[in-house]
Amino acid sequence: MGHISLSQVTKSFGDVNVIPPLDLEINEGEFVVFVGPSGCGKSTLLRLIAGLEDITSGHIAIDGQDATDVPPAKRGLAMVFQSYALYPHMSVRKNIAFPLRMAKLDKAEQDRKVEEAARVLNLTDYLDRRPGQLSGGQRQRVAIGRAIVREPSAFLFDEPLSNLDAALRVNMRLEISELHKQLATTMVYVTHDQVEAMTMADKIVVLRAGNIEQVGSPLELYRKPQNKFVAGFIGSPKMNFLTGKTAAAHGADTIGIRPEHLEVSRESGDWKGIVGVSEHLGSDTFFHVPVADSEAPLTVRVSGEVDLRRGEEIFVSPQLEHLHRFDAQGRAIG
Amino acid sequence: MARAISTKSKMFNTATAGTLGFLMFFPILWILILSFKTEEDAIRAPLEVLFSSDWTTESYGAVQARSDYFKHFMNSVTISVGSTLLGLLIAIPAAWAMAFVPAKRTKDVLMWMLSTKMLPPVGVLIPIYLIFRDFGLLDTRVGLTFVLMMINLPIIIWMLYTYFKEIPGEILEAARMDGATLREEVIYVLTPMAIPGMASTVLLNIILAWNEAFWSLQLTSSNAAPLTQFIASYSSPEGLFYAKLSAASIMAIAPILIMGWFSQKQLVRGLTFGAVK
Repeated sequence: MGHISLSQVTKSFGDVNVIPPLDLEINEGEFVVFVGPSGCGKSTLLRLIAGLEDITSGHIAIDGQDATDVPPAKRGLAMVFQSYALYPHMSVRKNIAFPLRMAKLDKAEQDRKVEEAARVLNLTDYLDRRPGQLSGGQRQRVAIGRAIVREPSAFLFDEPLSNLDAALRVNMRLEISELHKQLATTMVYVTHDQVEAMTMADKIVVLRAGNIEQVGSPLELYRKPQNKFVAGFIGSPKMNFLTGKTAAAHGADTIGIRPEHLEVSRESGDWKGIVGVSEHLGSDTFFHVPVADSEAPLTVRVSGEVDLRRGEEIFVSPQLEHLHRFDAQGRAIG
Repeated sequence: MARAISTKSKMFNTATAGTLGFLMFFPILWILILSFKTEEDAIRAPLEVLFSSDWTTESYGAVQARSDYFKHFMNSVTISVGSTLLGLLIAIPAAWAMAFVPAKRTKDVLMWMLSTKMLPPVGVLIPIYLIFRDFGLLDTRVGLTFVLMMINLPIIIWMLYTYFKEIPGEILEAARMDGATLREEVIYVLTPMAIPGMASTVLLNIILAWNEAFWSLQLTSSNAAPLTQFIASYSSPEGLFYAKLSAASIMAIAPILIMGWFSQKQLVRGLTFGAVK
């Protein structure tokens, strides 16, 4: 259970075409992440799957059944919203039990399922509180609890972690991944944060302006981006791009090299530059080095602490096996 | 840093606010004083009224003897509460639709509804009177309830619309995902969240309907006459009855004044709801 298939799906708001014809298969049990810059249509796509927006044309099938005109509640999906969207006037217990109450389950069964969900999510002590009395992380767990009890065929997450602080975000990321392993249910997750996408996904769908730029596993996207957009979007810090003669020397319009695939030397190398700003993280150091044929200074990642001063002249060389080449349209060559 | 306010300006502010408050309350105070005087004393010069006349409750007795206060009171309650509840029944779906599924012309519809409040009521008096006459609604509580409901409907819809707008759409979508039908969504999620707003809408509209005089004077005479009609019957061409008129006024406004007093907090909270997050 939990196979979602989109064929030739489009969505327009008035004259604005948000999703051009789009095809996508989400397999049973997969953790799929939609990622892209804001306004790329990723949330709209999720809402189309949920049924909260009507599609303009095309078909959506869930577990082989055409779901295009099926109302949200009947699709067997559960959704976790960015704002958590808890019912503020109900206790945690009632919030979690709400979908069961709507499904007219008998009271004993409701209680059993709520207790079970609360146990899994460490919410047992908070069942009688109101959402207003909980922290952000706890609210998020209540929202997940409300989704779990329905035993949906797939979970939909709409930027669920963006309202949490950085430390909590890392924790919740792990908890959601853990939950996915336990439940083995399809999860569709929307985020603009490529780190979340890389760490959680089985399959990443990179979107730009409603178009799917590339679909693949995190490492596929990292190693073999199909175009300049995906190359620049996946990976942190961002890939460096060089044009002009430097790129032409490698037989491309643009070449890309990730900060971790550059080597630094004081004596010799391919590209000469002056050390600009450096960021010391302890485990790594990032140097920003302006060089010829690059609009932005190159970001160079060096393991550990390296003693390079601002203004010092250095040479930077790419590891050729990790060099990405793009043509004039931004498509990957080779 | 909190703003420092000097003692002098505090005193000035207190004095100004106190004076303004007193000026606003003064007419009611004066009516209250007159209601405890005899008719002869009530028409004397103000200072004489205050200092050189006796206090008496005879006006209240006279008013009660001449007209049935309780009947008018019950009419007022039925009409104001009835028209408000009837209004809610229509306004909740209307405000829901405009707040959560706005269309291109929603703003225009809202403005149009408000514009009907700018029409002088006397402009539609004759058609409404004729309709009432033909349908046998003159001097009936049902008729007046219906008219007052329609008069206040734009205000009820506007207020509810504003409160509904404050409720995040995602919560209603969550309810939809959780399997709630539209009816369940409104009953279990929207209404409980909008209760503070609805309470102040109800209170304000009861007050407005209670004090409404134009339609109740035109469309009722005795059977369905509310308290406004009861007061008006004491300002007649037969002569000046200041004391009795005052006593009748006090009896008419006391219930709504007391209700307003007790619900003040709710009213203010409701009227400023959403101003500060």
